[in-house]
Amino acid sequence: MGAMTAVTLNVNGERFSRELDNRTTLLDLLREHAHLSGVKKGCDHGQCGACTVLLDGRRVNSCLLLAVAMDGTEITTIEGLSDGTTLHPLQRAFVDHDAFQCGFCTPGQICSAVGAIAEARAGWPSAVTAHDAPPGPVELTVPEVRERMSGNLCRCGAYVNIVSAVREVAR
Amino acid sequence: MKEFRYERPTDADSAVALLTDAPGAAYLGGGTNLVDLMKLGVAAPDLLVDVSRLPFEEVEETDGGGLRVGAAVRNSTLAARRMVRERYPIVSEALLSGASAQLRNAATVGGNLLQRTRCLYFQDVGKPCNKRRPGSGCPAREGVHRDLAILGASEHCVATHPSDLAVALAALDAMVHLVSAAGPRSLPLTELHRLPGDEPHRDTVLRHGELITAVELPPPVPEARSAYRKARDRASYAFALASVAAVLQVRGGMVHHVRIAFGALAARPWRARTAEEALLGQPATEEAFGEAVDRELAAARPLRDNGYKVPLARRLAVSVLTDLAAPDAGGQR
Repeated sequence: MGAMTAVTLNVNGERFSRELDNRTTLLDLLREHAHLSGVKKGCDHGQCGACTVLLDGRRVNSCLLLAVAMDGTEITTIEGLSDGTTLHPLQRAFVDHDAFQCGFCTPGQICSAVGAIAEARAGWPSAVTAHDAPPGPVELTVPEVRERMSGNLCRCGAYVNIVSAVREVAR
Repeated sequence: MKEFRYERPTDADSAVALLTDAPGAAYLGGGTNLVDLMKLGVAAPDLLVDVSRLPFEEVEETDGGGLRVGAAVRNSTLAARRMVRERYPIVSEALLSGASAQLRNAATVGGNLLQRTRCLYFQDVGKPCNKRRPGSGCPAREGVHRDLAILGASEHCVATHPSDLAVALAALDAMVHLVSAAGPRSLPLTELHRLPGDEPHRDTVLRHGELITAVELPPPVPEARSAYRKARDRASYAFALASVAAVLQVRGGMVHHVRIAFGALAARPWRARTAEEALLGQPATEEAFGEAVDRELAAARPLRDNGYKVPLARRLAVSVLTDLAAPDAGGQR
């Protein structure tokens, strides 16, 4: 057992407190300690986006964050998006648009899309946003969604339907 | 991953003191590169000093009309700031051309500048690498080097620096503010990173324990226009094969002020000073831009599989400068 640190954070609205090996990533905290297996370990190197969660409302790769550095933060995983048995609008849209096949990337895709929609509403530009775009929300066109969701890979190739699902909710 | 202790000091002096006394310690910013390197065994600090919550999170105008960006500001926050988009658009463009939204939400400005090369041999502890293990050799020269340096490399190392932001900052004459046990100091961004020479393990001129606290941009050059352009294997979420940041001010058809920096060609953002000097006072024409860039790239020493970077960098630079010189070009800024 390596050097340990006590960590307290808020996960999906509930306080989570644990003494953890410093080497624990946020991803491993969520899956192995908080038993939230919706968040997925894909590449474990920040390249695939399967581990995407919301950190204080911003989408991040949980595999590259050390749990000890997350003390005092608020984390939302796919399990925290639905309201009881009522699906989050993005979960509903992914079902309606057939936006997945095997489903392994889906929790990360949906958390990422929640972040992407919030960023666009806040007026954050992307690499394809016009330089002279007026202040205010950015419309999520197809090129905008493709660019903003490029950090989430889908080996099944469900991209076309993922774009449709995200755009429906963004409207 | 090797065991490490973790500290999160609340002020810079404490952070510097913790690192100064611990030769095996490292600062932790957003961790998007360092944590990955720790998983790979490339980095094995015995103490991580978390500086991501130090009070360096402001983006503020300086008294002189420039901009001071705290080292802990996240890449996505900086890219979205209206003041940055309006006054220093190439900073925003460079940031948004790099990584993914998730990574930009975590990565800090200071950490972006200090990220390590993505050379495959550096990231594979099963292979020799002079940057990772001095004296072990450089298989990249004869091996896989399509992405690697054509300028300023040495027989010991052909790594490139992967940052997009640093290229824009080089073109903007940015300063980097530092603090160490010896006190504060400031450096031009272009002097932060080193060429490999015979010490490729030293990426920068920073001393052990020295901490980046802020990056400062001088006031924008009046009436100058600027652009960042990046060539890569995918349309999004890929490192540059070559990139260029340029700032151009034309008066009466002549080049009055010009700054050109290349990315992904060398171990540091490559300020094209030879081309800049050649252009000053010359007609702002495609022909003049091409001749000046050729002079700069005459120093290129490509390897077997990266010679394509010479014409690629040339086309990027000439097209960007030509667009900036056109009075009614789209996207004037």
